[in-house]
Amino acid sequence: MADAIRRQTVGARLLRGALYAVLILAALFYALPLLIMLITSIKPLSEITAGSLLSLPQNPTLAPWTKAWGEACTGMRCEGVGGYFWNSFAIVIPAVLISTAAGALNGYALTKWRFKGAEIVFALMLFGCFIPFQVVLLPMAQTLGWLGLSSSRAGLVLVHVVFGIAFTTLFFRNFYVGIPDELVSAAKLDGAGFFRIFWRILLPVSAPIIVVSIIWQFTQIWNDFLFGVAFSGHDTQPVTVALNNLVNTSTGVTEYNVNMAAAMIAALPTLVVYVLAGKYFVRGLTAGSVKG
Amino acid sequence: MTHSISPKARRPTASGRLQAWLPRLVLAPSAAVILFFVYGFMLWTFVLSLTSSRMLPSYDFVGFGQYARLMANDRWWVASTNLMIFGALFVAVCLVIGALLAILLDQKIRQEGALRTVYLYPMALSFIVTGVVWKWLLNPQLGIQAMVQGWGFESFRFDWIVDPNMAIYTLVIAAVWQASGFVMALFLAGLRGIDDSIIKAAQLDGASLPRIYWRVVMPCLRPVVFSAVMILAHIAIKSFDLVVALTGGGPGYASDLPATFMYTHAFNRAQIGLGSASAMLMLGGVLAILIPYLYSELRSRRHG
Amino acid sequence: MSTLRLPALRLPTLRLSTLPLPTLRQSALGLALSMAATTSAQASDVEVLHWWTSGGEARAANVLKELLEAEGYGWEDFAVAGGGGETAMTVLKSRAMSGNPPSAAQIKGPEIQEWGELGLLGDLDDVAAEENWDALLPEVVADIMRFDGHYVAVPANVHRVNWLWANPEVLDAAGVEMPTTLDELFTAGEAIREAGFVPLAHGGQAWQDATVFESVVLGSQGVDFYRQSLVELDPEALGSDQMIEALETFKRLRELMDEGMPGRDWNIATNMVIEGDAGFQLMGDWAKGEFTAAGLTAGEDYLCAAAPGSEDAFSFNIDSLAMFRVNDDGEREAQQALARLVLEPTFQEAFNLAKGSIPARPDLDMSEFDSCAEQSLADFQRTAETGGLVPSMSHGMAVRADVQGAIFDVVTNYFNDANMPADQAAERLVSAAQMASF
Repeated sequence: MADAIRRQTVGARLLRGALYAVLILAALFYALPLLIMLITSIKPLSEITAGSLLSLPQNPTLAPWTKAWGEACTGMRCEGVGGYFWNSFAIVIPAVLISTAAGALNGYALTKWRFKGAEIVFALMLFGCFIPFQVVLLPMAQTLGWLGLSSSRAGLVLVHVVFGIAFTTLFFRNFYVGIPDELVSAAKLDGAGFFRIFWRILLPVSAPIIVVSIIWQFTQIWNDFLFGVAFSGHDTQPVTVALNNLVNTSTGVTEYNVNMAAAMIAALPTLVVYVLAGKYFVRGLTAGSVKG
Repeated sequence: MTHSISPKARRPTASGRLQAWLPRLVLAPSAAVILFFVYGFMLWTFVLSLTSSRMLPSYDFVGFGQYARLMANDRWWVASTNLMIFGALFVAVCLVIGALLAILLDQKIRQEGALRTVYLYPMALSFIVTGVVWKWLLNPQLGIQAMVQGWGFESFRFDWIVDPNMAIYTLVIAAVWQASGFVMALFLAGLRGIDDSIIKAAQLDGASLPRIYWRVVMPCLRPVVFSAVMILAHIAIKSFDLVVALTGGGPGYASDLPATFMYTHAFNRAQIGLGSASAMLMLGGVLAILIPYLYSELRSRRHG
Repeated sequence: MSTLRLPALRLPTLRLSTLPLPTLRQSALGLALSMAATTSAQASDVEVLHWWTSGGEARAANVLKELLEAEGYGWEDFAVAGGGGETAMTVLKSRAMSGNPPSAAQIKGPEIQEWGELGLLGDLDDVAAEENWDALLPEVVADIMRFDGHYVAVPANVHRVNWLWANPEVLDAAGVEMPTTLDELFTAGEAIREAGFVPLAHGGQAWQDATVFESVVLGSQGVDFYRQSLVELDPEALGSDQMIEALETFKRLRELMDEGMPGRDWNIATNMVIEGDAGFQLMGDWAKGEFTAAGLTAGEDYLCAAAPGSEDAFSFNIDSLAMFRVNDDGEREAQQALARLVLEPTFQEAFNLAKGSIPARPDLDMSEFDSCAEQSLADFQRTAETGGLVPSMSHGMAVRADVQGAIFDVVTNYFNDANMPADQAAERLVSAAQMASF
């Protein structure tokens, strides 16, 4: 409190005002695209063509949202993006769970049961984070064909798990490095086995990094377009592909409001996750990545 | 390495031996998967880059001919130069803005949580979603230029997306918008981890606030900077949706990046051989960044 | 041909989970049943990969779907929108690599030959013989549909690329007529600008730049030069003074365009003409689909003419569906039915009315079509005899995809780079044409 009182000089107040001004300006910069999407998505079409980007809606309407969800045409089907929304969930949920579980076990094995070559294995895995996905498109297509998984949800889940494992392993490995080895070696002395130690000692303290892994994977997979368009069948396309089809399906006049509403719908799950759990995400990520 | 001389290890039983192998068994599937899907595919791509493959892979070898063609390709050089400009600016600007915002936010700000969420949310959205809005904003007739001119500043110009020399910078703006909040969050968490007493001590010595941040706080944040640079570099190299959504590589191919170059040639132009060669060079670039990172990561691991 | 066809059995296969607590045996039985249902449904379904996603196209493709379903086959729609089918082609390659191509896909021009060379296409000779395609289709169209002497694809339409579209109200306001030469276009454009409109609506995407370029080459240098340079890729023609002149004229057109063009989609540009914001657009006749969808009448609410100077040329762009080789007899039968229905008058009429093109078979009653389509058909038949009928370079009908891409790079880069001289662009065109082969 003493600090606060000492600060109340005129100069300090001005400085404080400037500080808030900068922060709020920055917030406007970040918020602008989303605000425009939101405003546009509830305007009638006539107001969009007449007014400027930022003018507030005079007669707000939810019609673009209902149309985007259930009626708008994506190619020849006019069923909106609703169905594809659930397709995305059907792909994202198993992929996130599997890759997170695998990452946790990998990170645990790499840090608490160090064996010869563990670091090489980790280094090799890490490279998987950096491979540009366009590079693997064709080999992946052929492999999915060999596995009999082309154009199926299972195939897409596999792809996302494969290229997610590198990230999840990195997260868990960096997090578990910070957990004192003594805890584990004590349990080993008591005769506890590999899985038992994981279950009893590591897992209970892993909440922050599990959150990180789930959010990261969820965002990556939900937002994926490239794999989604290349490896899905006609009835398993994720919502990003449907969104692309919808935005490119126009009859005469482009219905910007419906496009924006569809974009908002496609963005909603990841937005909600970030808004609700963003705090834990950052906290957990730093817990892992700051540790050198 | 205290656990390796536990009494159990001295007299191995069957289950003990299983226990010793379990970590490896657990890792094996992931390692196998990565070995095949990452390294196998890289090798596959390398093999393709030595062939004359056109629409679909064929195995008619032409040596390093595709690489020679790539070197003679003007567009490839534009794309590579763009990546350097884009990557350097993107990383630098994100770091500066991220650090600045984090420091400002760390001054006991009201509504910090809300502000932080606003700064962070762009990371949650793909450019497939926000691309349309960005196109609007950057379009001289619909976006910011038109808006500011509408306010009465007739001579205001913001038409970078039209200008072949400036288009690449519009990509930087949008990419910074997406990732700088994330960097801010990394820095903020780092700042919170610094012991207050260090700052207090410096204050007692009479150092000014900017000086304290530059001389005392920033050095403590080196690991954060390092992680941030790695994450940003990897985003820069993979940037694809961004280009497709904002400029489509245009005007002309002035804002092309290697990722879009590779995709265009391999998939739209039936030049899988050439596309594969460009992919291999991209991977080379990734390695050049990654090896120092891995080196320091593993070295510090040993000391830690 | 059998007249009695049972409607395809289309049992929902994923509903099992919604059954109220089935016993193990029941669910196993259900699974077996549903699997049987799936295979029989697949046997008479065709999966069609296409990018007919813009409003009018999608509605027209729906006609085909309904025709197919009326005969008892199923249509599995696999639409992939975006960028003139570029994304769709990526999907197709990925599907082909995985050994699981769709039964039919929108493939056109020389690409049909490439897929044929890979041995992936199935032949349509039976249905072609039955329906007498040899007599039905113009020779130039039939040629493209055949690989190694066998029909492997079926044409949906014939587009003309070298068109000029105009809004008559804007022309009136500026006091100008429809131009017939490029010089007139420039003069008219100036007048339109002074009247306060955008003279030429354009979208700054590589393929649109190339579309305009193609019309300028045809209009300023004539059909023979076009054929030599952009179809036969003769290096002398590509590097000639004629080409330099064409390139210079092409770049001058920039002066008639507005600064909002980068990245603009073609139909947004067309909409500028529809709304009366712009006077002209140089675009293929798919633009007419947009005029029609907006409820405008050809010759009254909007005008069409051959791109200035190119009235004796017809650069064509043909949409077609190619059929992939399938092993299942039922699926083959469905493919043949689809191929037959594509040339059926009902579909040809509905599709081409919506798309702005003319039917791929010239024997149809054209009374439903507008004056632009009638002119297109007349010009098609006239130029087929005079030699003015040429494949469109900018739409993948003339050269292979890699050469086309290299030419696009030069054209769009030259068009957008204020500092590149035309002779340098011409040199690059020469090397673009040469770089293609190994």
